[in-house]
Amino acid sequence: MRLGVAMSKQKTERLLSLVVCLLSARRYLTAGQIRDAVPGYPETFDAFKRMFERDKDELRELGIPLETGTNTGTDEEVGYRISQQAYELPEIRLEPDEAAVLGLAARVWRQAELAGAAAGGLLKLRAAGIDAEETTQPGIEPRLQTGEAAFAPLWQAVRDRRPVAFGYQAAGRAVPQRRNLEPWGVVNRYGRWYVAGFDRDRGEERVFRLSRIDGPVSFTGPPGSVTVPAGTDVHKTVQDTGGAPPSVRTAVLRIRTGAGYGLRRRASSDRPGQDGWDLVEAPFSDAGWYADYIASFGADVVVLEPADLREAVIRRLKGALA
Amino acid sequence: MSPRSGREAGPGRPAGSGRAAGAGRRAGAGRPGRAARSGTATDRLQRLLALVPYVVSREVVGLAETAAAFGVSENELVDDLNMLWCVELRSPDPYCPIDLSYEGGEIMVSQAESMDRPLRLGTDEASALLIGLRILAELPGPQDRSALRRTIAKLEAAAGEAAAASAQVAVHMDGRAPADVQAQVADAMRRGRRLHLSYYVPGRDEATERDADPMRVLLVEGRTYLEAWCRSAEAVRLFRLDRVLGLTVLEVAAEVPAEAKQVDVDSGLFRPSAMDVRVELEVAEAGRWVADYYPSEEVTDLGDGRLRVALRTPDTRWVRRLALRLGEDGRVIAPAELAREVEEDAAAALAQYA
Repeated sequence: MRLGVAMSKQKTERLLSLVVCLLSARRYLTAGQIRDAVPGYPETFDAFKRMFERDKDELRELGIPLETGTNTGTDEEVGYRISQQAYELPEIRLEPDEAAVLGLAARVWRQAELAGAAAGGLLKLRAAGIDAEETTQPGIEPRLQTGEAAFAPLWQAVRDRRPVAFGYQAAGRAVPQRRNLEPWGVVNRYGRWYVAGFDRDRGEERVFRLSRIDGPVSFTGPPGSVTVPAGTDVHKTVQDTGGAPPSVRTAVLRIRTGAGYGLRRRASSDRPGQDGWDLVEAPFSDAGWYADYIASFGADVVVLEPADLREAVIRRLKGALA
Repeated sequence: MSPRSGREAGPGRPAGSGRAAGAGRRAGAGRPGRAARSGTATDRLQRLLALVPYVVSREVVGLAETAAAFGVSENELVDDLNMLWCVELRSPDPYCPIDLSYEGGEIMVSQAESMDRPLRLGTDEASALLIGLRILAELPGPQDRSALRRTIAKLEAAAGEAAAASAQVAVHMDGRAPADVQAQVADAMRRGRRLHLSYYVPGRDEATERDADPMRVLLVEGRTYLEAWCRSAEAVRLFRLDRVLGLTVLEVAAEVPAEAKQVDVDSGLFRPSAMDVRVELEVAEAGRWVADYYPSEEVTDLGDGRLRVALRTPDTRWVRRLALRLGEDGRVIAPAELAREVEEDAAAALAQYA
C-alpha cells in the first residue's frame, strides 16, 4: 500500500512537471529533450519511451491538448508541445446570480453518471475566479438518475460518434437479440433513458430503451465514424417512434358519475346523465392501449362505441377473470 | 528564474522544518507518514492544475477556504502546494517554474509560468453543466430564468467545441403538465402564496380538492412534483404536476409549519415500508413492462418470457386496476384476498356488457 502511494505520488510529480515543461516550451521538444528536462523518467531509453507513451495517453485523456510537430521543415524527429491557447479555458465571467444557477445545475447529476464531470467542470470555473459551488436553492431540487449500466458506454459512443453493438431484450420477447447501432443521441423520457440512432441491421432509425439492454455495450468502430444526419433533433426521435401519425378515432363511453377522471381529462365532451352515469366522448388512436386503460376502471366505465374497442375491453376483462 | 538553492525552507513552513539547505526542492518533497489519499494520480494532477489559477485569480486566499473549495483537508492541500513548489525542470538550465507561499495561512502565487489559467472544459464537463442548466430552465419553479439564459450562453461560448455534444442529450419532463399549471406554481412560489389544488389520484380514480402551501418543485425519476404542506392532511405531500386538474393561487400567505420535513430525493421517493403489503404478480411476455415500470422488490424469471414480480405497497387498490388492465397477461398470485377482489372487479365490469 505504502509503495502504491509512493508510486502514485512520483507519477503525479512527473506528469505535473511534464505539463509545465510542455506548456512553457516555445518550441516543439523532442522526446530526448523532454527526458533531460523532466525528472522521474527511467535511465534506459526504451523504458523511458514506454513510460512517456503512457504519460502522453493519460494527458490526452484529461483533455490536455498535446500537439506533435517539428520546428522546421528539415527536422526529422517529431517533437511535442502544449499550445497555451488550446490549453486555456477562455475568459468567462459570471455575475453572482449566474454562478448560483450554475451551482444548482451541477446538483442535477448528484446521484448520476456525470456527477464527477459536473464537479470537475465547476472546479475549473472556480479556478477561473468564479465563486460557483454546488449549492441548493430554496424551492427547487432537480435530479437526474442514470441507474442503467448501459448509460456510460452509450453516452461515450454518442459523444465520440462511435457505432456500438449490444444485446437487446425487446418488449414481449424472451430471447435478447444482437443489435448494431449508429447512435445519434440519448434521451430521457419520464425518467427512463433511451438511445436513438440508425439501426444497421434494419436499415432505419430505431429507439432502444437502456434498461432492456442485456450485457455489455461494445464499440464497433473508431471515434468519429458515425455521422448524425443534419437536422436530427434528438428531442423528437423518442416521441416519433410510432412512425406515421396514427389516425384518431372517437370513443363513446358511459362513465359512472364521480369516477373515471383519467378518461375525462382527455374528453372532447362530457354530458352528465340522470341515472348516475355520464356520457363521455374521447379521442384515441391506439385501440389496444386504450382498451387496457379502460379495463383498469372496471365497472365504472362501459364502452358503447366503437365495436372493436368494446370487444377489446371485454377480452381484457375476461382474461382477468380466467 | 528562481535558482534552486535560493530558498532554505519550504514555501510556508518556518525554517528548520527538516529540509537541508541547498539540497534542491525535491529532497524535501517527501513527507513520511502523510499520503495524498484522494483518488488516482491523474485526479490529483487535475486538482494541482486547477489550484494555481484558483489562487492566481484571487491573488491571496486562505488555506482553509481553499481546502474546502477543493474538498481536501488542509494537510492534503499543503502537500499539493509543496508538490507544486517543488516542480523543477532540469534542462537546458535547472529552474523552478512555480513560486508560491502559504505563510500565515494565506496562499500567494508569485510565479506561475504558463499555468495561471485553468484547463479548458472537457466534453463531459461542459455537457453535464449545460444539460443541468437546460433542465432548470424548463422546470417550473422560482429559479431565476434570466440568469439561466445568460449562464447557458456564457458557458456555451467558453466551452466552444466541448459544448456541441450536449445537444445529443435530451431530457423530457412531463410534457403533459399544462403550461398554465407550471406558470401558476412558479408564481405562487415566487410570491409565497397558498394554492388551491384539484388533484387526480389514479390509484383511487378520485379527484381531490385541497389547499396546500408550496415548499419545493422536485424533478425526480423524470417527473416533476410540487412538494407542499397539505392543509387537509396536515402533512407534507408530493403532487405530480401532470395530475393537477386545476389550480388557483390564493391571495393568502403560505405557511409551512416548522415540523414540515423535506423529502430526501436522493433515497428514492417511494420507499417500501415493512408495514406494506407484499404483492406477487405473474406476468406473461406482454406484461413484462410491469417489472420495469413499478419499483419491484424481487423479479424471478419463470422461463418462456414469464416473470414473477414482487412489490410492496401500502394501498392495493392500484394493483386491482393494474390486474384488470393486464387481463390474461398478468395474474395476482398473492395475497389470495387481492386475487379474489380482482376477479370480483372483472366480473362486475363484465356484467355491464351482458
